[in-house]
Amino acid sequence: MSAESATSAIEARNLTRRFGSFVAVDHITFDIRAGEVFGFLGANGAGKTTAIKMLIGLLPPTEGEAHVAGFDVRTQRLEVRRNIGYMSQRFSLYPDLTVRENIRLYGGIYGLTDSEIRERSSSLLERLGLSGSAGDLVARLPLGWKQKLAFSVALLHEPKIVFLDEPTGGVDPITRRQFWEMIYAATARGTTVLVTTHYMDEAEYCGRLSIMVEGRIAALGSPEELKRQFGAASVDDVFVQLARTTSEPGTAA
Amino acid sequence: MNSAALWAFIVKELRHIRRDRQTLTILLFMPLVQVVLFGFALRSDVRNVRIAFVEPAPDAATVALRNRFAATNRFRVVARVRRMDDVEPLFRRGEADVAIVTEPDFASHLSAGDTAHVAVIIDASDPNTGSVIRNYAQAVLAAYEGDLTENRGATRIITDVRMRFNPTLESVNLFVPGLIALVLTLVSALMTAISLSREKERGTLEVLLVSPLRPWQIIVGKVLPYLGLAFANVLTALLAAWLVFHVPFRGSVPLLLGESVLYALASLALGVLIAALSSSQRGAMMAAMLATMLPSALLSGMIFPIASMPRWLSPFTNVVPARWFIVIARGIMLKGIGLPYLWRETLVLIAMALVLITVAVRSFKPRLA
Repeated sequence: MSAESATSAIEARNLTRRFGSFVAVDHITFDIRAGEVFGFLGANGAGKTTAIKMLIGLLPPTEGEAHVAGFDVRTQRLEVRRNIGYMSQRFSLYPDLTVRENIRLYGGIYGLTDSEIRERSSSLLERLGLSGSAGDLVARLPLGWKQKLAFSVALLHEPKIVFLDEPTGGVDPITRRQFWEMIYAATARGTTVLVTTHYMDEAEYCGRLSIMVEGRIAALGSPEELKRQFGAASVDDVFVQLARTTSEPGTAA
Repeated sequence: MNSAALWAFIVKELRHIRRDRQTLTILLFMPLVQVVLFGFALRSDVRNVRIAFVEPAPDAATVALRNRFAATNRFRVVARVRRMDDVEPLFRRGEADVAIVTEPDFASHLSAGDTAHVAVIIDASDPNTGSVIRNYAQAVLAAYEGDLTENRGATRIITDVRMRFNPTLESVNLFVPGLIALVLTLVSALMTAISLSREKERGTLEVLLVSPLRPWQIIVGKVLPYLGLAFANVLTALLAAWLVFHVPFRGSVPLLLGESVLYALASLALGVLIAALSSSQRGAMMAAMLATMLPSALLSGMIFPIASMPRWLSPFTNVVPARWFIVIARGIMLKGIGLPYLWRETLVLIAMALVLITVAVRSFKPRLA
């Protein structure tokens, strides 16, 4: 563990993934500070999901290295997993299990004791206003509730870092806002959040952003910095400018 | 280490199974229905019948009879022994299908125009094959008798046919071991492939792989509940066979259950492998049907005797685990034999299970994404 990793929740150095001759992620380098909300933006196929998969140990990097919570993603996969939470693009709870059974499953998998699971699940259900539905099958919950529940379950074991891969896909704007309030509440408790999205209004909520274009980080900074740097009115405009100039590699902040 | 995590995962699997009432009902009642449905026989042609001769006193007539059998393209002489006791091990090891026993002074009885006695003892643990062999043997004996009568006047050969292991030629007796194999294949390979590929399709597998659960724990957690279900199914099939058709059980029940677990492990591994290679639940189901259910039913000797398959096809049956399990299950249930006779088949199953488990775990790992 290097001295740097003590202050960084995630550090990536020239992280690269090739599939045959196709370079999905091309030498990306960045640091994410503890307690930060870091956004990964990019068009579909820009390499966001591949980058996340390398960070959480689902895909070995072809080149470069990365540390998550101070652990090497190549050699300390189990330690990395113990310290992270993950919510995938696809809904990650089991529809044929009840709300409480889902919570108990993930609590058990992450090694929480029975009493910890009991305490945390009742406070979680109360916070979400789901106390009355604990015995309902998850399949019967509305989509917005499912997503909020999935996020809370990903945080159940109080991970240092939580990875959210397009967590708000297909959710209405009000629920999305509530979802972001939950994200802020998590960072207030010291959790680092790495979130991918292609909703530009959500990008404005992030502390810092990296915009990926064709596997590279084309821009990196806070929303204000990026807007200044590109002389744009919104992150959306920044994104459009970058998309137009895909041929020349962008200059990272 | 985290056995609590594994336990949480197993509990989840059990809940999935319990919640899917329809599938669970089908799985639990299937052995019963199948035992009843399949209580019919299928006739078939038999070649290469392995024949043994018991000749207490070989003479010209016994040699002539033996040559007569050898000259047909149905029989292959595998042994000539003096005493009945010597033929017994051949039957138990499954090295002979039929034994022809001639009495001493066979030639002199025949030449005196007297009556000569021949006993035909048939391994009828497969009743279809057994009855076909009986017909062939009787035809050869009748032709021999006819030739003798033509040459020397009235001669009589009295034939005494005995069916070993399955005297009443109940085809259901034969079917039950095959059925157990089929049910085990269905529950183990098919259900595991479906339930694992469902996790893949839903994206929940990804979440599990990011958790501290190890890949082997995910596999074990997936497989154990189905192993339990398979076990229950074997007991149901046996009970149904005993109650409905009075199928005998001559050997050791614990041995059969042990062998069933072994066979289930090989099938479960095959299910995991299929799920790892398939991209969708539907694809996994089709693949499991093609790769496990059909061979287990058609190439295992369960319905069609391997002896009557075309010569090019029969070597392929050797790679079907059910083929070996059925020999074992029939041996235990119908012949009452144990490991001293079945160790070879058991070793084949163990080897298959080990290879399949290794390949399944390997194939599971790099396909995480």
